[in-house]
Amino acid sequence: MYDSPKSETAVQHAIKIAANKVQVYYGDTHAIKDVDVRIEDKTVTAFIGPSGCGKSTFLRTLNRMNDTIDICRVEGEILLDGENIYDKRVDPVQLRAKVGMVFQKPNPFPKSIYDNIAYGPRIHGLAKTKADLDDIVEKSLRRGAIWNEVKDRLHAPGTGLSGGQQQRLCIARAVATEPEVLLMDEPCSALDPIATGQVEELIDELRESYSVVIVTHSMQQAARVSQKTAFFHLGNLVEFGETSQIFTNPKDPRTESYITGRIG
Amino acid sequence: MPALWIFIAVLVLAVLGFVLGRQRALAMVDGDSRHLHSLPNYYGFHVGIWALVPALLVLAVWLIVQPMLIDTSVQSMIPDTSYATDGELSLVMSDVRRVADGLDLAVERGALTVEEAATLDTGATDVRALLGNVGVAIGSDVQPEVLEAAQAYRASTATGNMARTVIVLLLALAGLGWALRRTAPNFRARNSVEKATLGLLIAAASIAILTTLGIVLSLIFNTIEFFKLYPASEFFFGTTWAPSFGGGSELGILPLFWGTFYISLIALAVAVPIGLFAAVYLSEYAGPKVRAVAKPMLEVLAGIPTIVYGLFALVTVGPMLVNVFGNEGALGLGWMSGGTAVMTAGLVMGIMLIPFVSSLSDDIINSVPQAMRDGSLGLGATKSETLKQVVLPAALPGIVGAVLLAASRAIGETMIVVMGAGAAARLSLNPFEAMTTVTAKIVSQLTGDADFASPEALVAFALGMTLFVITLGLNIFALYIVRKYREQYE
Repeated sequence: MYDSPKSETAVQHAIKIAANKVQVYYGDTHAIKDVDVRIEDKTVTAFIGPSGCGKSTFLRTLNRMNDTIDICRVEGEILLDGENIYDKRVDPVQLRAKVGMVFQKPNPFPKSIYDNIAYGPRIHGLAKTKADLDDIVEKSLRRGAIWNEVKDRLHAPGTGLSGGQQQRLCIARAVATEPEVLLMDEPCSALDPIATGQVEELIDELRESYSVVIVTHSMQQAARVSQKTAFFHLGNLVEFGETSQIFTNPKDPRTESYITGRIG
Repeated sequence: MPALWIFIAVLVLAVLGFVLGRQRALAMVDGDSRHLHSLPNYYGFHVGIWALVPALLVLAVWLIVQPMLIDTSVQSMIPDTSYATDGELSLVMSDVRRVADGLDLAVERGALTVEEAATLDTGATDVRALLGNVGVAIGSDVQPEVLEAAQAYRASTATGNMARTVIVLLLALAGLGWALRRTAPNFRARNSVEKATLGLLIAAASIAILTTLGIVLSLIFNTIEFFKLYPASEFFFGTTWAPSFGGGSELGILPLFWGTFYISLIALAVAVPIGLFAAVYLSEYAGPKVRAVAKPMLEVLAGIPTIVYGLFALVTVGPMLVNVFGNEGALGLGWMSGGTAVMTAGLVMGIMLIPFVSSLSDDIINSVPQAMRDGSLGLGATKSETLKQVVLPAALPGIVGAVLLAASRAIGETMIVVMGAGAAARLSLNPFEAMTTVTAKIVSQLTGDADFASPEALVAFALGMTLFVITLGLNIFALYIVRKYREQYE
């Protein structure tokens, strides 16, 4: 359906993730049909589509979070830097360290702010000394644009923060393990407009170092933060291209119906 | 009319009230229930409740108060010369009641006519033989004053019962009539029925609370009685437990307390790790099929009566331990001389507690939100890292609660101790020796021919009170722990 991203912007980035003929089944339900997608490095890619179209499911196949669901089955191949992540030799645990994830609802651990951030670096042995760890925590919190708000209470529980702060904490936590790709599943759906604005700003900054994939229900958000947009409908990838092209000049009539509000 | 018949009559009236109330409400709006404030059934329930509740309340109070009043009035008829102590008075009174009941029975069986029964005379008739014929055995010959009192007792009981029947039935009818009169299309029957339901709920809650209060009060009074007879300092700090019903007993709680503590400790050392690991496996690793079989199997353990565990301790675990640690045992250590020991009871009690710990912990672990696990897995943590560092800390307050609940059970357990740990009260560190616990000693102090006024029997209440205070303290501590962690984690 789609071959290679048409380059309207100046910089052409390397392909980070390539999905070929991906099928996902939940038991007998065929949830994702024949999806091919190329996700570029240092780019924000947005997945849009009506509820139940499979965009979150597809996002979760990218770091094998679907493995935790017993009845879920994935066919086809997903290459991360040219290596199939569904290969038997790949450890999903290591994969998830490379492909981080931020969830719809902020889910800080019932630990202190410091321990929330230090969680990933600790289990992956990223810090040799306490000072190293302190550095990682500070750096991550700064990248999560929340350092100034929490620097005086690093040992207060993370669950005591406001919703927007919690979500930025979760983003900082995901950043702390130094992932190469950051997956975000409707990260702003539980946030108010101000917190949403802060998170979007953050996503834009994260683009400098990571490939970011974001699932969103808000077309305005997709238009604001992403460079590439994929439109899913009923388990099919209908259209994938430059965000500006999708929103101004969609090729598929279904995409046009969706973004003009006639379906979905 | 006996109370049961009155009860049934009131019930019938209530059902009648329901039907009438419903019909009347519907009739008032020509069968169109949309013009009623509430559904027709609520009008029915409203009338039914008014017929039932006041009448039954009066009946219940009457059933309690009437015997008390009659007893007091009959007691005053018995001359001071026929008894010396309160105990003897209560014996005479129980004779009076037996004679009165016997006479009623004789009339019922046709051995006496009503007039004969009312004019009976100890001189003329052998009342004891007569009552013996209808199956009521009296300990000694019936004295004239007892017969007189019994007659008075019968008379006032009969009057009382008659008055009871009339008043209760009248009240039921009055309630029915009044509620029926109030029935009108704009009457808020639903609200009034809901108020009655609320009353029922409050009554249920207060019964539970009042019962607890009653138990505590009865413990307190008897404990105070005990401490009048036996010094508290010797009870709490005495290291010897040697009750002798002839007097001169030593009633120190420490050996019993130590036994309770030691056995519970061993039981928890068995139950907590096994239960917790089982819960972790079942909730995190087991597939749905394994879980569907294993969880009910584990919970069957909780349904086994403790006496069966006691048998298991006595017949299986005790001898097995002797085979290993006994004089002729496999290890040749000679630590254990008999099957009954702290270790036997502790192990078996631990097995009993496994389902408590595992079942509660399993529920608690399951209630940790999936989002938490996803968050950790999404960061590249393995399942066991997620479990250790995220799930278990989040579940900890609940798990602590489960463990303390198990501890309360262990402290209160009796049967396993009686059969598994023996009856010797001693202070020793050797877990292979027989010891006993507070609960087991409460049983042995109260069973048998103990005089309830002696310190040897009353000590049971003091032991019970101490146990109650300890478990209460444990529960409060559990609450405190749970709250403290809650604050930190949520």
